Amino acid sequence: MSGDLLTVETLAAGYGPVPVLHDVDLRVPTGTIAAVIGANGAGKTTLLRTLSGMLRPTSGRILLDGRDLRGTPVEQLVRRGVAHVPEGRGVIGELTVEENLRLGALWRRDRADAARALDEIYELFAPLATRRRHLGHQLSGGERQMLALGRALVGRPRLLLLDEPSLGLAPRVVAQTMALLRRLRDDTGLTVLLVEQNVRSALAVADQGIVMSLGRVVLAAPAARLRDDADLRHAYLGF
Amino acid sequence: MDRFLFLTLDGLSRGAVYAAFALALVLIWRAGRIVNFAQGAMAVAAAYVAYSVTAATGSYWLGFGAALLAGLLLGAVVDLAVMRLVDHRSPLNPVIVALGLVLLIQAVLGMVYGNEYLPAQAPFSRTAMTVGGTAVLSPYDLFVFATVGVVVAALVWIFTRTAIGLRMRAAAFAPEVSRLLGVNVGGMLTLGWALASGVGALAGMLVIPTELGVHPHAMDLVFVTAFTAAVIGGLDSPPGAVVGGLGVGLLLSYVSGYAGGDLIPLAVLALLLTVLLLRPGGLFAAVTARRV
Repeated sequence: MSGDLLTVETLAAGYGPVPVLHDVDLRVPTGTIAAVIGANGAGKTTLLRTLSGMLRPTSGRILLDGRDLRGTPVEQLVRRGVAHVPEGRGVIGELTVEENLRLGALWRRDRADAARALDEIYELFAPLATRRRHLGHQLSGGERQMLALGRALVGRPRLLLLDEPSLGLAPRVVAQTMALLRRLRDDTGLTVLLVEQNVRSALAVADQGIVMSLGRVVLAAPAARLRDDADLRHAYLGF
Repeated sequence: MDRFLFLTLDGLSRGAVYAAFALALVLIWRAGRIVNFAQGAMAVAAAYVAYSVTAATGSYWLGFGAALLAGLLLGAVVDLAVMRLVDHRSPLNPVIVALGLVLLIQAVLGMVYGNEYLPAQAPFSRTAMTVGGTAVLSPYDLFVFATVGVVVAALVWIFTRTAIGLRMRAAAFAPEVSRLLGVNVGGMLTLGWALASGVGALAGMLVIPTELGVHPHAMDLVFVTAFTAAVIGGLDSPPGAVVGGLGVGLLLSYVSGYAGGDLIPLAVLALLLTVLLLRPGGLFAAVTARRV
């Protein structure tokens, strides 16, 4: 086995005195897609915010490739190979498409490769190439999705954290996004942790399903099992 | 007609200084949503540095450079040592702290240099040249135009063409997303303060020789005027600050030329009130971008 890229051990976090995450354990093997699913308020977004350092854990460990991520400032995270596409995608509406994309690669020392990565994104998402000078807030939902993903990918991350990538998008765009994630996993060995309320599309693409409820991981199982085992699905996902 | 031309050119020259000073206010507003009421006092402090350096070395230009440097540093220090420690949840807190800073800076300057006007040297003649019998601009006016022009062009270049400018804009628009993309948001804020304070110091250096001289309160009326210009332009808009500054400069020049110089403070306050009542967002305020 190639090992786990991300390991979370007995993680707890919350907002001020309000605890949200309790005793969360999970593992994401390198080159796989893990989908964190669960109802609204299960703590999925809080989990991602804690992983990327925007929220300080009250206890527990977060290991990336065996090295503890706690204490790494948020702005250093991209340098460790973690890209986080936040809730609502975080496209900066006042900047152009090109500026948003460039921003994703500004931290990189290897300017030549950063330029190459930018070209690759324009190839991958052709509609963006024709809208380089447009402002972020002029884009459609699908184009914003491309921009958010592209901006994360120009940094050539090892781990991609995605918060609700399907939110507010047409089913066709959701399907394209999921297909892209699968292709990136297969072609480049990208590891993905995505958080979703759209359980069906998340499980369709994921290798592993992690079910959260009220701030705890209640089940972590191969996604195929969650898809196919009706009893399991009923018990944990309610459909 | 000659008089009108003279007043127009003179107004534009004053307006260029207001534009630069208004731009400094806009820079900090965009970076941190703070109206820096201490801008005037900070610029005066830089002018006193220039006064000391020029007195010690005999060189205007060494003093000029020292003022810009002092302005940059003072901006960074005010951000790191003062504003960063202020609770920003209420927008009133930084305002009160900035006003306190005004009192502190002016008191310290008064203790060190005394509360008398000190002579401020101009590097070029302030006597208007005449073209065909009509008094137009002085060499000093040309110096003001050129300096403000260079500063505006440099700021445009920094913000639109450089990586650091892109980082500064991103940090201002979306701090959290920017951090996730590796931008040192705190550093960008400090840089914004330094730049703004440097521009403010420059505006002070340009305007003080045209008035009574260096004094702890030398920039008080300039601050109110430039603040008015910035509000007219919309606090969020750098082009608005430039247009607002030039417009206010023109207006005040006409008021002073046709109605009397004593009316200038009154005219500034009347203009500020009118703008705040009729169009508090400013003439150039952008339609707020839809949150994405």
